[in-house]
Amino acid sequence: MDWNFIIFSLVKIAIVVGVVQGLVAYSVLAERKISAWIQDRVGPNRAAPPFAKYIPILGPLLTRWGMFQPLADGLKFMFKEDFTPAGVKKIYFWLAPALSVIPAMLTVAVIPFGSTLGHQKMVIADLNVGILYTFGIVSMGVYGIVLAGYAANSKYPFFGGIRSSAQMISYEISMGMSVIPVLLIVGNLNLGRIIGWQATNGWLVMYAPLAFIIFMVASFAETNRTPFDLPEAETELVGGYHTEYSSMKFALFFLAEYSNMVASSAMMVTLFFGGWTLPFWGLNHPAQSIAMGLAQILVFLLKMCFFMVVFIWVRWMFPRFRYDQLMDLGWRRFIPLALVNILITAVWLWMRS
Amino acid sequence: MAITVNRKPLSFWEKLYLPAIVGGLKVTTKHAWGTLFQGKRVTMQYPEQKWTVPAGYRGAPYLVKDQDNNTKCVSCQLCEFVCPPKAIRITPPGDSGLKADRPNAEKMPLEFEINMLRCIYCGLCQEVCPEEAIFLRNDWSHLGASREELIYNKEKLLALGGVSPGIQKWKHKLEEAKEQENFPVKI
Repeated sequence: MDWNFIIFSLVKIAIVVGVVQGLVAYSVLAERKISAWIQDRVGPNRAAPPFAKYIPILGPLLTRWGMFQPLADGLKFMFKEDFTPAGVKKIYFWLAPALSVIPAMLTVAVIPFGSTLGHQKMVIADLNVGILYTFGIVSMGVYGIVLAGYAANSKYPFFGGIRSSAQMISYEISMGMSVIPVLLIVGNLNLGRIIGWQATNGWLVMYAPLAFIIFMVASFAETNRTPFDLPEAETELVGGYHTEYSSMKFALFFLAEYSNMVASSAMMVTLFFGGWTLPFWGLNHPAQSIAMGLAQILVFLLKMCFFMVVFIWVRWMFPRFRYDQLMDLGWRRFIPLALVNILITAVWLWMRS
Repeated sequence: MAITVNRKPLSFWEKLYLPAIVGGLKVTTKHAWGTLFQGKRVTMQYPEQKWTVPAGYRGAPYLVKDQDNNTKCVSCQLCEFVCPPKAIRITPPGDSGLKADRPNAEKMPLEFEINMLRCIYCGLCQEVCPEEAIFLRNDWSHLGASREELIYNKEKLLALGGVSPGIQKWKHKLEEAKEQENFPVKI
């Protein structure tokens, strides 16, 4: 038994989970702030612990930026009544939030968020089938939502669950197909190797822009974000699959949604935007020093935050697709497009070799 | 017969959703830029900034005093009678011996209470008042920690109402009466 490996893995897991949770909390804040700016509002600028006003300058500033709002939100979720409606199927009702959070958190495991720090590889599990693992785990996420819709024993959550199952299964196909050109070009399923390839040959978004677009749209659909947020269309379904949930169970669904966003942003960065690499300042090679390692982690986080902002921005930019348009887009546009893209890439690679 | 709305089929360019995406980008960027850097905000930071009401706004009803700082209300109880939600309660002087604090008025209320939790700001009290003693002022926000706190009594209503620049009906009558005394006006 390699104790070193176990201890370092546990430390990495703790840090990554912590960072993802923090990102989730603050992406909710970002969501509220950005939506506010787009709608000519100010956004959360009040919530503050009592000691905040005694900190000179920084306290009021952080309050104005709403930096304490996620804490208040979390606290609110903790202390709300955890209500279980009478008609629900109890086991599934309790199982569903967990089932939607766990896959969302698991996806992050294979993503290399930095090169090396000291002698440690900055990835929790350096799998050789990284992408396959991710797709396998992501497709599990649908069970949480479907179960939530089913367990609630109420018509609107049920609609939400049904919609989400159809939507997520459809878009998984185009998502999976959109990545195949990447695999063809790189010739490896290991995410670390994909980043390594991009470090030497340039970002994959330049080789497979169409694949990136399809992947991005499909990941919008996979994470149930606007314009594909039909499972939780408030205007049509009251709340969607989580209508009957309250307190921490509801918060878990929230967590799952935003963790999925984090995970798919990380995937986009890893697959198409060079992961932790930058083509200048020597950030292209695995780090030799601790400072460089930290800089590369920072680069990765910044790229990821950019895609989080894109996610949020898109939500406040576009109206929701109608259900038939959604299906049409998924099955009749993106899947053929992804197939053609695979073909073109394959032919291009064949011509070159 | 059903009316058929003629919908043009989308052109290829429109089917790509690209013009819509670019349009959306433009609109959202413009608004975000305006809010962030040009201070174009439509919201008001409420407790710090308060809404200034336009003239003639129907806020909370308060009692007013005349220019000589006398209570104008004569305890006729018309407002109490007309008040639809029964928010006003007047205790007339009765046998208490409370005299009106101004000449030529017969009485003034011993107690005058308006329950701001019941008041619907309809303005009927103002309309019905023969003395122009009650007016709907500008206040639109009442804060209190208990229900009792929001039942305003006479002192509070008078303090909040301030002075009305309106008529002094009885002063005018008094002057007329005095003029009557030396009626055959000497020329």
